[in-house]
Amino acid sequence: MLCDICHKNQATVHLTEIYAGKVRELHLCQECAAKQAEIIQKQFSISDFLAGLADFGGIERRENSSGLICPNCGMSYEEFKKVGKFGCENCYKVFRDHIIYLLRKLHGSTQHKGKYPKFKGGISLEGQIEELKKYLDRAVSLEEYEEAARIRDNIRRLEKKLREKKSRDGKEGGKNAG
Amino acid sequence: MLDKFINNPGEWLKGKGPYSDVVISSRIRLARNLREFLFPVKLPVKSRADVVNKIDKVVKEAKFSKPLFKFNMESMDILDRHFLLERHLASLEFINNPKGRALFLSKDETISIMVNEEDHLRLQVIKSGFDLPLVWSIINNIDECLAEHLDFAFSADIGFLTSCPTNTGTGMRASVMVHLPGLIMTKRINKVLNLITKLSFTARGLFGEGTQALGNFFQISNQVTLGLSEQEIIDSLRNIISQLREQELGARKYLLDKQGPAIEDKIWRSYGILKSARLIDSGETLQHLSLLRLGVDLGIIKGITRAMLDYLFIIIQPAHLQKLQGRVLNVRERDFIRAALLREKLGG
Ligand SMILES: [Zn+2]
Ligand SMILES: [Zn+2]
Repeated sequence: MLCDICHKNQATVHLTEIYAGKVRELHLCQECAAKQAEIIQKQFSISDFLAGLADFGGIERRENSSGLICPNCGMSYEEFKKVGKFGCENCYKVFRDHIIYLLRKLHGSTQHKGKYPKFKGGISLEGQIEELKKYLDRAVSLEEYEEAARIRDNIRRLEKKLREKKSRDGKEGGKNAG
Repeated sequence: MLDKFINNPGEWLKGKGPYSDVVISSRIRLARNLREFLFPVKLPVKSRADVVNKIDKVVKEAKFSKPLFKFNMESMDILDRHFLLERHLASLEFINNPKGRALFLSKDETISIMVNEEDHLRLQVIKSGFDLPLVWSIINNIDECLAEHLDFAFSADIGFLTSCPTNTGTGMRASVMVHLPGLIMTKRINKVLNLITKLSFTARGLFGEGTQALGNFFQISNQVTLGLSEQEIIDSLRNIISQLREQELGARKYLLDKQGPAIEDKIWRSYGILKSARLIDSGETLQHLSLLRLGVDLGIIKGITRAMLDYLFIIIQPAHLQKLQGRVLNVRERDFIRAALLREKLGG
């Protein structure tokens, strides 16, 4: 079998890759495989991502994304759509209206259910709750009721956590607070 | 320093652990970013060293179960970097753009941390066989130790904030490397892999990520990182792999029952080629090693261990051969050295 790229050398590297729900095969010679490895990897990760962006309905029609830019790192929303990567944590806040839809498209959910890191320094439970309340108002004003319900549940969970933490700290006489 | 690693195969190549007839290794990767720095894509190159230094300090203070050694990518030559890629300890992008990047690595290679890849931290734990709960407990421990000293970018809403939205949430990628010659020979592979993608898991027919391919090896990993807990992701992957193994063992039994002599012939021929070839490229080697491993798994070939075969899968790769020889080799020379190595190890 000849190489799919150069059609000259014998193909010795056989790739099978699931892509867009289909298995596809590539038969490459040693040299072309080495050259392709990098390109293939990049293509797959970015195109997977763009697949998520493709029918990016909802909010984009209501909100014009052009000119949206993160003041912390200088990433514009247009640039983000090209590179598929955020420049800093603040990008998540600046592009939030768009990202919520993107995350739902990619993961089928917008609610973190995994572990929490120990909150130290900059982040606190109180701060997180304050932020969620802003998101809740935003969701309500956009008439995104499902999203609003999710955020409300999340606020309740965090408030319960906060109450537990306070009673725990109280019992320990506050010596290990924070 | 890196030379210490070449002669002892990584722990995950030991060919042991549960389900080692089908499962080569289990691995979990966690993506984390530091709040105080821009993510690597926007971080000025000159500031990357600040991230590396910060991690270095924390790694020294943290009480990990194993000490980690630091490697500066920039000062490492390309052959050594390529070696790390073949060893599944660094990504292609990471080794190709080494500026301001560092790798922290335990001696047995189970624990590694890429610093300044796409995210500030990419933690990885890899073990031989099928043992995701153990891998999770190790990596979770490291994550907790690091969090004692570092502020990670996180939101109670959408979880860990990663550079790419495909990792947002848990930032976790759990993957299991499986050897599926039976499903390939019985042509059931596409059906099985399509099912896996329907369950939001991906199957890559690659030995690792984006490197040289091997016909019968697949890496199965989760695609969804948000809306599920780490435990839920691990549980569904465990489920999928258990069923996949049943399917593969069923296919092997079918082959043996219906086409016994033909399969045995294939296996013995592969063994013969590996024991006697004078020039052999890596593609051909991998095909035959795959069949030989099947022969060992089925008890047709005796006296060769899985550990030896899993080790051979790694060391017949270009960078490994060149490291073993201590010099740069062209393709022809590699084919010659590879054949000699196979004859030596397989007693040809
Ligand atoms: Zn070619
Ligand atoms: Zn930003």
